[in-house]
Formats: sequence, structure tokens, C-alpha cells
Amino acid sequence: MSGPPGDDEPTAERAPLVTPAATPAPPKPPPAPPLPEEPGDPKRKTVGGAVLGGFKDAGAPIVRFLDLVGGHLILMGRAMSWLPRRPYRLRNYLEAAEYIGFHSLPIVLLVGAFTGMVLSLQSVAAFRQLGFESFSGAATGKALSIELAPVLTALMLAGRAGAGIATELGTMRISEQIDALESMAVNPVQYLVLPRLVAAMIVTPILTLLFFVIGMGGAYFVAVIVEGVHQGQWIAKLQDLVSPTDVVQGLIKSVVFGFLVALIGCYQGYNAAGGGRGVGIGTTRAVVLGSVTTLVLDYFLTDILLSVFGSGKA
Amino acid sequence: MTHDPVLSSEIIGLTPPDQPDPRWQVRVRGLTKSFGGNLVLDKLDLDIERGKVNVILGASGAGKSVLIKHFMCLLRPDSGHIWVDGTDVMALGTQELSKFRRKFGLVFQFSALFDALTVEENCAFPLKEHTKKSASEIRDIVADKLGALGLQGTQKKYPGELSGGMRKRVGLARALVLEPEILMYDEPTTGLDPLATRNVDEMILDACQRYKVTSVVISHDMASVFRIADRIAMLHNKKILAAGPAEMIAQSTDPFIYEFLHASGVAAIAKLGGAPA
Repeated sequence: MSGPPGDDEPTAERAPLVTPAATPAPPKPPPAPPLPEEPGDPKRKTVGGAVLGGFKDAGAPIVRFLDLVGGHLILMGRAMSWLPRRPYRLRNYLEAAEYIGFHSLPIVLLVGAFTGMVLSLQSVAAFRQLGFESFSGAATGKALSIELAPVLTALMLAGRAGAGIATELGTMRISEQIDALESMAVNPVQYLVLPRLVAAMIVTPILTLLFFVIGMGGAYFVAVIVEGVHQGQWIAKLQDLVSPTDVVQGLIKSVVFGFLVALIGCYQGYNAAGGGRGVGIGTTRAVVLGSVTTLVLDYFLTDILLSVFGSGKA
Repeated sequence: MTHDPVLSSEIIGLTPPDQPDPRWQVRVRGLTKSFGGNLVLDKLDLDIERGKVNVILGASGAGKSVLIKHFMCLLRPDSGHIWVDGTDVMALGTQELSKFRRKFGLVFQFSALFDALTVEENCAFPLKEHTKKSASEIRDIVADKLGALGLQGTQKKYPGELSGGMRKRVGLARALVLEPEILMYDEPTTGLDPLATRNVDEMILDACQRYKVTSVVISHDMASVFRIADRIAMLHNKKILAAGPAEMIAQSTDPFIYEFLHASGVAAIAKLGGAPA
């Protein structure tokens, strides 16, 4: 709580208000305490030190970013180094696949169906202005196969499986269950991280393919049955413009996205610290980093895949 | 720091630490460990006596858990050595380390049982991982260990359905199934009521006698310590301040040890001839 304005002004400034003869000479103010030393590196007192310190401060986010990337790469390397080594623990892989894949199926199918439907609705409306509504199937198919199916599936997985993995491993970390594994001579990276990475790489393309199929089903329903687009033309344009390589590109993307979402979830959970709050922070980071990484990487992957596969049927 | 000359001579055994010794099973020399510039253990020396209950005493945050995690190489020191039965722990490769860790059983402060597994599955876990025993053999071993600890009929329960004391005993049963040579307990009585504390103490003594294991107990619960300890080592200021038989530590005139032991006003200390206030 601060006092009224002026209350904490130095006494010496009020001296002229008092008659000098009536009062003894004011006592000398105590010598000003030495200025507190600047915290941090004493070298910063020099110009060179200050410049260097400025660079350090400016570079801190980059260092943190590299630290994060390096941490993920190290965890990935450690996990993969265990891949060919016994024991294989097939059950752990199946359980991870069930959690990441099968349990994500309802949400992926629901989002897939409605994404296909709304895309179809929009594209029919847009193409109808030009009289080309039969192209809506091709437009929807192209968008779903290359972009929306892998990206939206990965986003769903980041929100569900990535967060779930981070919470589960984080809880195991803070309740010493990971230490317990190690104390029982079981490598926690091999036991917990590796099955989740491998399972995510396998089930994400399957989920993506199902997203695409159900999305196209929804698109067909809206375009042909609801909007009355000619069925034969809708299918013909779809076959003309969407090739299997488009679907393959989407599946390649989904393998990468699924792996990264699982890796980020594992990293955030495995390195959780600071009790329940730490687990919460790790879970939030898993979702945010997983989603952002998917969207950013999508651009670069698309660039690479376009140069490899070309733009497909024109 | 003032060292009690009698106790200081008891801190470490006198035979070479890299030789197997009939009395000392774990031998630590010059152990230094820091985390991010924060020095936790500084050139620490300690010996753990075979077949006895060795208690490591120390204030919260003194580094007791860090110390015992070095014994089984869950943490690696910045410098120093640990020998277990004459084997230099630092020199072990990944495969050897995996085998070496089976010498140890670790009972965690909050049990660290796997939430998703039943009591039986938790206890069977080390056996499934490290032995080729059949499912029925494993079931029999687990039932035997649970029965010995008074946990009959809990096999199908999940850890969340058990009381704190029961979880500790399941943690001990899990640590015992591979018949370790050294059992380590990380603050086993923290958070338990006096009766549950006494039960856990009895469990530690019983396990030590029945299975002939070397026990290492981390604690700052004085009543419990003087019920179970054969030997006590006091960790203070990043080093072992004193180590010796429990009676000897109880009679210490070192100001820190005296204050630490008597702060809780436990009558058990007086019974062992603790120094008057």
C-alpha cells in the first residue's frame, strides 16, 4: 500500500517551510546508501560486456528453441536405438495403437464427415455461380486428400492423443513411476516412448485414410443428394482431377505428423517437473506445439512433395 | 564443522573399497553431485553394512534420495566412486547395469505403483520382465509375497483402492519378488499415522530378517529410526557428518546431531542413552 502523494518525499526538500531560527540545524542526512549492484554478469559494467549481454538476451529465445529441438531429437534417437533390441513387448505397441488410433476413431470420423460436407456445400455454391458445380467433387477431393485429411487428423490427434500421452507420462514422472521402471532395470524410453512413436506412425495414416473416405462420403451426400448435382459428372470430375498420388502425398504427411505429435507428447510428459502444475503445463505445450508444428511443417512438406510428385492430374 | 572424533572414525570402513568385504556391501568414496550449479553432495564417503538396517538421516532437501539413487546408478555422480560388493558401479555398461540393478529393490516414498495395473500385476511386473517363469509360477510367488506382508485378497485391486500403508506394503512386495540383496526405502513412513508407521517399521525389520537383505532407509522420523536402525549415518552440509551404530549416534554430543535427534522429543532416544538436554 502506498501512502498519500508526497508522504515519502525526503525531509530535506521540506526544510524551507520551517523558520531556521526557531529550529536547530537539521541533522545531516545520512550518507546515501551505495547504489545496488546491477544483477547479473559483472562484465556488463563495461561497454563490451553490455553489448555481449545484449546479444545474449536477444539470443535467449533462439537458444531455448534449439534446446527444445535438441531435446526432442535426443529423445527420438534414444527411442529409435531401442527399436531393434529385445524385449519387444508387442503388447505395449498394441495398447498404444489402440489408444492413439482406435480411441480417436469416433472424433476423426465425425470431423471428417462434417469437413467433407461443409467443403462440398461451399464448393457447390461457389461453382454454381459459374455453372461448374460438377467440379465440386474434384475440389473437395483434392483439398481433403492432400491437405485437410492429414492436417485435421493430426490436429485431432494433438488435442486428444498428444495431450493424453503428455498427461499420462507426466503423471508417471511426478509420481516416480518412471523412476520405478528404471529401478526395476526396465528402460523407460523403450517401455513407454518407443511403442507410442511407432504406433502413431502406423495408425495416423489409417485414420487419415478413413477421414478422407468418410469426408468424401459426406461430400457426395451433400453435393449429389442434397444439392442435386449430377452424380455421373461429379464422379467423373473427381476421377479426372484427383489421382492416387494425391492420397499418397496425404498419407506421407500423416506419417510425419503422427510421429511428431506423439514425440512432442512423449517429450513434454517425460520431462514434466513441478507436480500437477508441471503436468498441466506439459499437456498444454504438447497440444500447442503439436498443432503449430503440424501446420508449419505442412508448408515445407507440401513444397517437398510437390517437387517429388508434381501437381498431379491437371 | 566440528566432527565427533569417535563417530568420524566410524564413518567409513578401513579395508580398500574396491575389494569385496564381508562387512561392508556398498562403499561410497568422494561422491560429488550438483544439479545446475547447485552442489548437493560434496566428496561424500559412506559405507553400508551388510545384512543390517542402515538409516540415512538428514534434513529435508539434504540430498538423501539423491545419495541412494547413486547406489543403483539411477543418477551418475559428477565425481567419486561407488562400489557394490567390490564392483565399480560407474564402470558398468548398459547390459551389465541392467543385470546389476536387479541386486536392488527400491521402495518409493509414495510407493510409485503403476496406476493402470492391479496389485498382482504390479508385483508380477519385475518377474515378467526379468524371468522366464510361467504365469502360474509368477502368480504363486506374488501370492506368497503378498501373504507374507498381510495383503491376501488384494490381488485384483488397483492401487487407488488401497490405503497408504497398504500401498507401501505392495511397493515392498514388488521390490521383494526378485529377491534383491539390498532393499532401499525412500522415506517409508512419511505421511502415515503412528500405527501405520509402526506396521511399516515392523515390515522393514521382518523383511531384513526373513530375506537376509541389507536395508537402507532414508528417514527423518525419529521414532521410526530408533525402532529399526542398526546403523545411522547423518547427512549434513553435503557430507556424512557422522555414521555408526544407532546407540552411538544417539549419544552424540555434536550440536547439530543432538539438536536434530532431540527436536522431535522422542522418548526412544532417551532409552538408548541419549545425551541430556
